[in-house]
Amino acid sequence: MKVRRISSLAKKDLKAYVREPAALFMVFLFPVIFTLVLGVGFGAVGGNQPTTYQIGVVNMNEGASHPEWAQYLIGNLSESEILRVESYSSNDSAQADLIQGKIQGYLIIPADFGQSCYSFWASPSNSSSWTNTTVKLYLDKGSLFATQAIPSIVQQVLIETLYGTLPSASSGPVTLGFPSLIQARALTTFDYFAPGLFAFASIFLIMIVAQSLTFERENGLLSRLYATPTSGGEVMMGKTVSNMVIALIQAALVFIMAFLVGYRPVSDAGSIVFAFIIVSIFSLCCVGFGLIAAAISKSSGVATGVSFIFIMPLMFLGTFVTAGLSSVAQSAGQFVPSYYATDALTSLLLRGAPVFSPMVLLDLVIVSIYSAVVLGIGILLFRRCERA
Amino acid sequence: MKRTTVPRDPNREEKKGKLAKGMAIVVKNLTKKYEDVTAVDKLDLEIQRGELFGLLGPNGAGKTTTVNILCGLLKPTSGSVYVAGYDVLKEPKKVKELIGVAPQATAVFPSLTGRENLELFGDLHLMPKDHLKKNVDELLKKVGMTEDARRRVGKYSGGMMRRVNLAMALVHDPQIAFLDEPTVGMDPQSRHAVWDFIKELKKKNRTVILTTQYMEEAEELCDRVAIIDHGKLIALGTPKQLEDKHGGKNLEDVFIQLTGRRIREGI
Repeated sequence: MKVRRISSLAKKDLKAYVREPAALFMVFLFPVIFTLVLGVGFGAVGGNQPTTYQIGVVNMNEGASHPEWAQYLIGNLSESEILRVESYSSNDSAQADLIQGKIQGYLIIPADFGQSCYSFWASPSNSSSWTNTTVKLYLDKGSLFATQAIPSIVQQVLIETLYGTLPSASSGPVTLGFPSLIQARALTTFDYFAPGLFAFASIFLIMIVAQSLTFERENGLLSRLYATPTSGGEVMMGKTVSNMVIALIQAALVFIMAFLVGYRPVSDAGSIVFAFIIVSIFSLCCVGFGLIAAAISKSSGVATGVSFIFIMPLMFLGTFVTAGLSSVAQSAGQFVPSYYATDALTSLLLRGAPVFSPMVLLDLVIVSIYSAVVLGIGILLFRRCERA
Repeated sequence: MKRTTVPRDPNREEKKGKLAKGMAIVVKNLTKKYEDVTAVDKLDLEIQRGELFGLLGPNGAGKTTTVNILCGLLKPTSGSVYVAGYDVLKEPKKVKELIGVAPQATAVFPSLTGRENLELFGDLHLMPKDHLKKNVDELLKKVGMTEDARRRVGKYSGGMMRRVNLAMALVHDPQIAFLDEPTVGMDPQSRHAVWDFIKELKKKNRTVILTTQYMEEAEELCDRVAIIDHGKLIALGTPKQLEDKHGGKNLEDVFIQLTGRRIREGI
């Protein structure tokens, strides 16, 4: 194999993709437009700052003395037009949701909250008889609005609950603790979609490869190449290299577009580079499916249709589209390589998994095996079809 | 793994006695069958180095099949083929390094420019870059494509594509050129320009195998012609020899006499 031949053939394909309007749209513009539409439609644009605040409440006063006071407080919080209250059974579950951005803050009503309120009302003027307690508040560190607005709203509701119609005292038995700030992200639907988008864009390489090869075969271009010292392996390698480059450019464009519409992956530069490597390995699988589609298609028109036999399951069972599918379809997804590519990308970009985490590496191994097998079958079938 | 190297000596088979001295192509008992159709039937041919050889025949006579076998694109059912001293079946890559092929159907990459198409084929032959640039410039000039060389081939007229198609076969200055109906669809001016170009190849002592259905083209260009029909060789000689032998006033007369007036369909 000669590198010069492979690079010339790859350059030839890249020029065709850039210069042919149909290929240009499918390879570059379609993923960009699709990302933009999804970003706008599913909350990456302007979706991070809600007009109301979702807060959690962990009620430790339940089952303790005078639990009605905690219920009054929760009721008053719920009646607020600004706060939407969700109950949690434990600190851990509330904190998990805060970290994932589902709520902007949560407060813990202590077990002696009812007793404290009761002690105040039993002797409002005798502070020595009060049972002092503190309501702890945890807030999303990354939300400017949450850190500014929620403490004052909760404080206001707490005062109303404790003092009722009484003029508020300068001090009472219940204090609102200084808010603890927790790093959290407000995840939009688009954040869940984005990792799958990288794999999604590559899937359309199947059609591009199949169309390109059948066009070259139909028009005698492959025969012409084979009338030179160029080997079949060099022709295949040229196709593979050009499409890997395309896949990387697609991934970069999708990433840039997603970033522009507000997507922020929870990963470092190393993870992002690794995500691109996963995309390029997955693109080999797509080239393989493209070769298979070309091998069984008589013309480029037929190749387009045949490509969708591979595109549909890869897209619907293995990328972001999976989220809305039935459990059966989701289980079926485990048989398509795009599922593992998307899972690895999701681990890296959404869950913040390190590059060498077992889950990511396992996904990478599975995608690599799929790619090697599918590409091998594609090359064998296409060469056999050419010889026939 | 031990690598075997084959010397780039076009006279290799001559030295071994497999080719007569000065032979560019030797075809012996060549047969190609497609299921129940015999496209080439026990064909024997010897083409000398530097010869401009015409392969004539009606549609479906087996001309293109023969050329494809000589180029190593098709495997024969039986028989032997030596091109430039190499056995095409055993060393097709060596053969392909020494030949240039302009296929009958225009085969150009439409999204590349004329220049890029030529450069691609020079790269595939691993030509030195400076030599390639010089050859590309010269060829574009010869086929009258210098001004349009930077336009995409997809926007060319049919005649312009044919000229690029021809130039692509010759960019690496091959020892043997297979030109399969190179002037089909060209206007008289372009056709005469291509004829001049082919004559230049002969002057450079290149071997040219030309298939054509234009008898005046064969008469004008070819040293010798072979007329084949139903895959069989039915006449071989210089145009003058064939006219004398078969009593025709020109090569077309001879061709019609030998192949009949029945309209043929290509396969």
